[in-house]
Amino acid sequence: MTGVLAELARTFALLSLVSIGGVNALLPEIHRQVVDIHGWMTDATFASAFAIANASPGPNVIFVSLIGWQVAGLPGLLVATFALLIPSSVLAYFAGRVLTRWSHHPAVAVLRDALIPVALGMMLASGLSMMRTVDRDAVTVLISLATTVFVYTTRRNPLWALGSGAIVNVAALHVL
Amino acid sequence: MQHDIPATPRRNISKAELFFGFLKIGLLGFGGVAPWARHIIVEERRWLSDREFAEILGIGQVLPGPNTINAAVIIGDRNQGIVGVLLCLVGQMAMPLVIVTALAIVYERVATIPEVGAALIGAAAASAGLVLGTALKMIRNIRPTPLSYVIGAAGFAAIGLLRWPLVAVVLVLVPTAIAATWWERRK
Repeated sequence: MTGVLAELARTFALLSLVSIGGVNALLPEIHRQVVDIHGWMTDATFASAFAIANASPGPNVIFVSLIGWQVAGLPGLLVATFALLIPSSVLAYFAGRVLTRWSHHPAVAVLRDALIPVALGMMLASGLSMMRTVDRDAVTVLISLATTVFVYTTRRNPLWALGSGAIVNVAALHVL
Repeated sequence: MQHDIPATPRRNISKAELFFGFLKIGLLGFGGVAPWARHIIVEERRWLSDREFAEILGIGQVLPGPNTINAAVIIGDRNQGIVGVLLCLVGQMAMPLVIVTALAIVYERVATIPEVGAALIGAAAASAGLVLGTALKMIRNIRPTPLSYVIGAAGFAAIGLLRWPLVAVVLVLVPTAIAATWWERRK
C-alpha cells in the first residue's frame, strides 16, 4: 500500500513539473504511466475514469485524483492530487511574482512566444490522445469530429456538444 | 468584441470572498474551468478587468500546471498572500473532488447498464472534440508566426503521433523553442 502511494506521489509530482498546457496535455503520458508502465488500470477502466472526470465540473486535475482513488482509495486520491498540484503551484507562486513584475521585459516576451506554441501543440496531441482513449467505433469518432467543428466555428456553450454527444451515443446503442 | 468591463477600484479581496468565489468557479466549471473563471472573476465579482484576467491566465498557461490552478495561486497571493493561495486552491478543488468521487461510486453500481456507459463515452468523445476545437481556435486567434507553427507541429508530432515520453520531449523542445524564438527576434 505504502509502496503504491509512494509510486503515485513520485509519478504525478514529476508530471506536475512538465505539465505545460495542463492535465489535458499530460494525457498521453498519464496513459503511458498508468496503463503501460505501472499496470494500475486497464485501457477500459482508464477510459471510463476519464469519462467520469469529464462529466464532473472542475479542473482536469480531478482525473488524476480519480486515478488515485481507483488505485488506492482515499489516501490514493489525496496523494495523487497533492503530488500533481504542489510542485506546479509552488513554481507558479514564485514565477507568478517574477513574471508579474517583469511582464514587459523582452526576455519574458521571448519565453511567452516560445512556450505558447509548445502548449498548443501539446493540446492538439492531447485531443488526439483523448480520441484514442475513448473513441471505439465510428459513432464516437464522428461525435469527436463534429464537436471539434462545433467548438471551432461557434461561440455557443460547449455543454450543448457534451450533452448531444451523450444522447447520440445512447441513441446509437439502440439504432445500430 | 465585448467591451472591457472595468474592475472595481483596487482593493484587497477578502479571504472569504476568495474562498467562496473559487468554490463557485469549481462547482460551475463543466467542460473546462477557464470560461467560468472569467465569468465569475470579471463579470460577476469584478475583481479584475478582462485585460488583467487575460494576463494572469496567460501566465498560468505558460507555466507547468493547470492554467486556472496557477491563476488561482497568483490571484490568491496578490490579495491575501500564502493564506489566499491556499483558500483559492481548496475552494476550486473542494466541490469537484466530492462530485467526481460520488460519480465514481455511483458508476460502479450502474456500470452494467449499457446506456450509462454509452452516455459517458459519448460525452467524453465530445470532450476530445472540445479540446481539439479549442486548440484550433486558439491557434487561429493568436496568428502564429511560421516559427511558432514549426515549434507547435514538432510538439504535436513528437507526443501525439510518435508518442514519445513527455518529459524528454519537453526537456528538448522548450530550450530549443526559446533559443529559436530568441534568435529570430534578434534579427
